[in-house]
Amino acid sequence: MKKVLSSDTIRLLIPALSLTILLISVFYLQPRAMSYSGLNLLFNLAVPIALATIAQMLIMTVNDLDLSMGTFVSFVACVAATFLQVTPLIGVLVLAAAIAIYAALGVLIHVRNLPSIVVTLGMSFVWGGLAVLILPAPGGQAPEWARAVMISRPPFVPMAIIACILIAMVSHFVIMRSSFGVILRGVGGNTRSVERAGWSILGARAATYALAAFFAILAGISLVGLTTSADANIALRYTLLSIAGVILGGGEFTGGRVSPIGAVIGALTLTLAGSFLSFLRISPDWQIGAQGAILIVVLGLRLLLNRLENRGKRS
Amino acid sequence: MTTVPLRHAVIEVADAKVSFGAVKALDGVTLRILPGECVGLVGHNGAGKSTIVNVINGGLSPHQGTIACAGEPMLRYGIAAARANGVRCVFQELSLCPNLTVIENTRVMHRTLRGWGWRSRAARVIGGKLDEIFPGHGIDPSSVVSDLSIAQRQMVEIATAFSQVAQPVNLVILDEPTSSLDASLATQLLDYVRSFVAAGGSVIFISHILSEILSTSDRIVVMKDGKVVTERPAGEFDEHSLVAAMGSVVKGRDRAKRIAETTGLTPLLSQPSRRGKGIAFKALPGEIVGLAGLGGHGQTDTLIDLYLARSGSWLPDRKAEVAFVAGDRALNGVFPLWSILKNLTIADLGGLSRRGLVSEPAEAGLGQAWKQRIEIRTQDVGNPILSLSGGNQQKVLFARALATPAPAVLMDDPMRGVDIGTKQEVYAILRAEADKGRTFVWYSTEMDEVCLCDRVYVFNNGVIVAELEGDAVTEKNILAASFMGAAA
Repeated sequence: MKKVLSSDTIRLLIPALSLTILLISVFYLQPRAMSYSGLNLLFNLAVPIALATIAQMLIMTVNDLDLSMGTFVSFVACVAATFLQVTPLIGVLVLAAAIAIYAALGVLIHVRNLPSIVVTLGMSFVWGGLAVLILPAPGGQAPEWARAVMISRPPFVPMAIIACILIAMVSHFVIMRSSFGVILRGVGGNTRSVERAGWSILGARAATYALAAFFAILAGISLVGLTTSADANIALRYTLLSIAGVILGGGEFTGGRVSPIGAVIGALTLTLAGSFLSFLRISPDWQIGAQGAILIVVLGLRLLLNRLENRGKRS
Repeated sequence: MTTVPLRHAVIEVADAKVSFGAVKALDGVTLRILPGECVGLVGHNGAGKSTIVNVINGGLSPHQGTIACAGEPMLRYGIAAARANGVRCVFQELSLCPNLTVIENTRVMHRTLRGWGWRSRAARVIGGKLDEIFPGHGIDPSSVVSDLSIAQRQMVEIATAFSQVAQPVNLVILDEPTSSLDASLATQLLDYVRSFVAAGGSVIFISHILSEILSTSDRIVVMKDGKVVTERPAGEFDEHSLVAAMGSVVKGRDRAKRIAETTGLTPLLSQPSRRGKGIAFKALPGEIVGLAGLGGHGQTDTLIDLYLARSGSWLPDRKAEVAFVAGDRALNGVFPLWSILKNLTIADLGGLSRRGLVSEPAEAGLGQAWKQRIEIRTQDVGNPILSLSGGNQQKVLFARALATPAPAVLMDDPMRGVDIGTKQEVYAILRAEADKGRTFVWYSTEMDEVCLCDRVYVFNNGVIVAELEGDAVTEKNILAASFMGAAA
């Protein structure tokens, strides 16, 4: 029996399917969303979430978890709305330092064998504190170029869609196709065997964390580009949203099983779920619960499919 | 093919000493591997084989002693230096990344596979080597490793170690490479080892299957207690002298088989024929039933079905009917973070607890009793389970099953990679327990073990094709049954 679908494709099928169903329901409820600006409005908040989800996914590739994602993105947003706009050089230096700190965190977690959850939870207070120091009250202004990119109107396809496809393609290439990404995923799958092949796990971890910080920084800048000003608490929800996005997109907490395309789709699904519930006129009080219900349904579907797949493998 | 003069050893370890705490894992070992020879390395578990392998592949620096490659002393010898000198290793436990494809695993092992088109280059390298070593392997290099069977993973790992990308392959260390392969695959591997050696490569070959060592090696090194005790050409050994050199005694196998005086008894375990074909399965009280046949032909599935049919899936049963001894220690045997004692008592916590609380004195008593009974080599059962050698870990898993009141014990090839001395001890325990009325269902890939059983079911393609009893349990009959079924 020739296998038609690889297990990776099946992994992608569920998130893609749930996004399609959600999209169709939204169009059914609100046909006017089926237009250039409608799609842009539906999805433009998905761009920073997708970037943050990719960042979280990188961390999860090496079997870690970043609980500071939300505060870090908020911190970046504050830097982008102040330093990066007023004195770009200092802003770039601050962000470069943030990447270096992330790489150092990776080193620390590896060398001291600390649980990443504890370290990043601690760091979340550091980032949150720094964000408040930079911007005690909501304000600041987005850099012109970030604003320009985020409100640009390319022909035919809205910017949000193009950006999401671009994010998916670039991260797919880096993580799934490049020889460097293989090592990162190998660390998640079987650290010891990667080590025995003569690779530095320390270096791989540091590189993963630095790359994750880079994507998180893009998330923060694109968020400011959308909202025009920043606030120290602007992206707190991103920690859980990014984790949910990765899982929704077919990734797993351990074992280096991740899918960048799935993660972007997961982020889109989460964003769309919010709009969908608004279109249903569900009161905001219930929205978070309803969003949770959507998550449970999708994950339940995936479990079911995994089970079917395993049964097919055994018989 | 090599520019190194023949007298220079590929690698030479002189007077290596390694100790872990109070345990001397290596106590002054000197080992020279010349180009173009296959060195068999044998010894008990805990004799220091794995340690010397780790020293040679650079994973462990000896606390004393020197290492020289091609005649040049190496001051800083590590994993990278070992690989640069063409040392490769196939480890006893499978060490591929399960989430990556075969191609990607090749990339992990070979640093130089990068840049544009690395995938197709890697596919050529690994595919070509697989074809060369295991013709007709049927492995798609683009499939994910977790989708492959254990035997296929082992084949991939072996092929990866032998494949050459940029650095030459001078020395390949094979640590129990045939433990997951069936007979025909093992033969293919051993043939390839011979041709690799004939072409000037070197191999260190570790196996508990002595006939493989004797037929494949040029020279055999026997280790015991961290020292090399004997080193002679393979032709001067036979199985008996080899075992004698290792210091354990193989008891005669021609003990009288139990006569089937049990015809009238009701079977303790039974299962209708699988998928409506073949022979139905049954096991009587006090019997050791063997499951034989080529690896992966439905033996494990039978054991799992037997187990699941007799254990509650939601609520714990008050009285367990069956206990299970897992074959893959690392995957579903030990709790790596727990102590030896906790690992031992987990199966029977119900019997040890009063009013929902585990009675610590009872638990400790059970631990002491079993430590003495099966001679677990440790000072304190409170030590972590991973401080034990593989064979001793397996003994703990046996004790876990035997400590339960379950009348039947299912064993899924539990002796994989266990040394002969330990095996003999476990065989004796099994026989003693069976004489007391316990039933054992034993799947084994090793013929010697199957031949110890009272009755043997031979599997082929997921069904039982033959039932052998008493004196009919012989290697010849089992082989005949497992291959006859394949032709049908």
